[in-house]
Amino acid sequence: MFDDLRDLYQEVILDHGRKPRNFRRLEDADRSARGDNPMCGDRMELFVKLAPDGSIADAAFQGRGCAISMASASLMTETVKGKSPSEAHMLGDRFRNLAMTGTCPECGAELEEEMERLQPLSGVHEFPSRVKCATLAWHTLNAALDGGGKEATSE
Amino acid sequence: MNAPVQPGFDVERIRADFPVLAQQHRGRPLVFLDSGASAQKPRQVIQAMVRSMEERYANVHRGAYRLSEAATADYEAARAAVARFINAADPREVIFTTNSTAAINLVAHSWGRGVMQPGQAVLVSEMEHHANLVPWHMLRDDNRGIELRICRVTDAGELDLEDLEAKLADGKVGLVAVTHMSNVLGTVTPAARIVAMAHAKGAKVLLDGSQAAVHRRVDMQALGADFYAFTGHKLYGPTGIGVLWARLEHQERMPPFLGGGDMIASVTLEGSTWAEPPAKFEAGTPPIVEAVGLHAAIDYVSAIGMPALEAHEHTLVDHAMRRLSDIEGLTLLGRAQDRGGVFSFALDNAHPHDLATLLDRAGIAVRAGRHCAEPLHARFGLEGGTCRASFGLYTTEGEIDYLAEALTKAREFFA
Repeated sequence: MFDDLRDLYQEVILDHGRKPRNFRRLEDADRSARGDNPMCGDRMELFVKLAPDGSIADAAFQGRGCAISMASASLMTETVKGKSPSEAHMLGDRFRNLAMTGTCPECGAELEEEMERLQPLSGVHEFPSRVKCATLAWHTLNAALDGGGKEATSE
Repeated sequence: MNAPVQPGFDVERIRADFPVLAQQHRGRPLVFLDSGASAQKPRQVIQAMVRSMEERYANVHRGAYRLSEAATADYEAARAAVARFINAADPREVIFTTNSTAAINLVAHSWGRGVMQPGQAVLVSEMEHHANLVPWHMLRDDNRGIELRICRVTDAGELDLEDLEAKLADGKVGLVAVTHMSNVLGTVTPAARIVAMAHAKGAKVLLDGSQAAVHRRVDMQALGADFYAFTGHKLYGPTGIGVLWARLEHQERMPPFLGGGDMIASVTLEGSTWAEPPAKFEAGTPPIVEAVGLHAAIDYVSAIGMPALEAHEHTLVDHAMRRLSDIEGLTLLGRAQDRGGVFSFALDNAHPHDLATLLDRAGIAVRAGRHCAEPLHARFGLEGGTCRASFGLYTTEGEIDYLAEALTKAREFFA
């Protein structure tokens, strides 16, 4: 009945959805932000610890949401570790592109490996009402990096 | 697939009246289980609206020409049809609005701000749709000294009548505003009893009948309430038209909600005087074609008969209760004794949005989220929301079986 939905719910998504990585509060976070999708009740709090050179030393999150939003946040926290804030922004832009269109024309360039890691979420583009589930974590990361305390939504 | 509920009720013949139900979705028939959000429309409604626009359309209450007179007659005939449908004592008790939300806001403004006094309270329940909660938040926060009280809901999902009584006890409640049927739990509230309890303490009663008016015969003279709100689009009619039933003596006391054309008796540059009820509350060009559509919808359900619809729904509710209770890992929200065809549920291993995406793939349309009832979901510890299947007169037992099968397979999918 649901076999063709394995494109959306790949094993890696189900796995990260069930057991999200970096699912914890960072007590010594330098930046944090809340993300909220009021229409569906998804909610997360994202924590970022910065290294002396300004790069992301650690990223973690807590919250509740669907498999897509939890998996996206989980994969994101893994992917942005070690990246500079500008690289993280660039990844976020490309990821939103990927989630909305299923393709990423610029992905051949730098950060190829990172985008590869996020590729399993590309199936979401076929489900317009679910794209915001995948992008909530990245909106929240932007809010955290651009100035703490802001509330992000991906509406 | 299903036996006729009673002589004369033929669900397959009814389904043939709804063009959208012939749709295929990925090679599967559409299983539309979101009628609680908005119902599908029968051909009779669609055709009545087309005829109105093709043959009898002009603005109402204005022109002294044939078309305007025809449109006015149709618009007022719709009001009379609504009055008969809900057994109102007088068609003037029927105010057309754009939907239930507008009807409730009208009461919050014109009764809440216009008639209620500082020191009085509004009493709502935990199971209100946001449409019957937020307008009262706004009234409370308007610095008019009006308090907002909340009646609790029991674990079974019924109105806690002891709590209602306690919160009415000091006589300060001016208005009880509660749902007649929960859009999440399916619970039908004991409206006549609530009215009696409220009136005994000097409080008026507004019933939100958005769901109830679709599922039950509602009788204004029997219920004895003061205000009753419902909407056309859940009743197989069009969007853009709703009804506020309000006693004439209350309408007399209430200032208008919106000002403009059609609601005045006379206007000078210095001021204006109001038209008689219900025109006083119908400022601007009203939803004329929509009123015709609502009239057709009322004729449609009346021809089938509300008793037949209730019997069909009763069969569906019993069947759904049986089938859904059998599904491992499925939690059903609410176990009210008196309930209608609305079932909210959660699977233990799937988030409601993931589940809704799966069901959609199977051709099943359900609503996912908190169904405009965030506090109620918090009350039951389901902040993440639920999925909701809600039935219409075209829903079949076969569709419920198919939902049950899909839910079982969805649980396997996420295992």
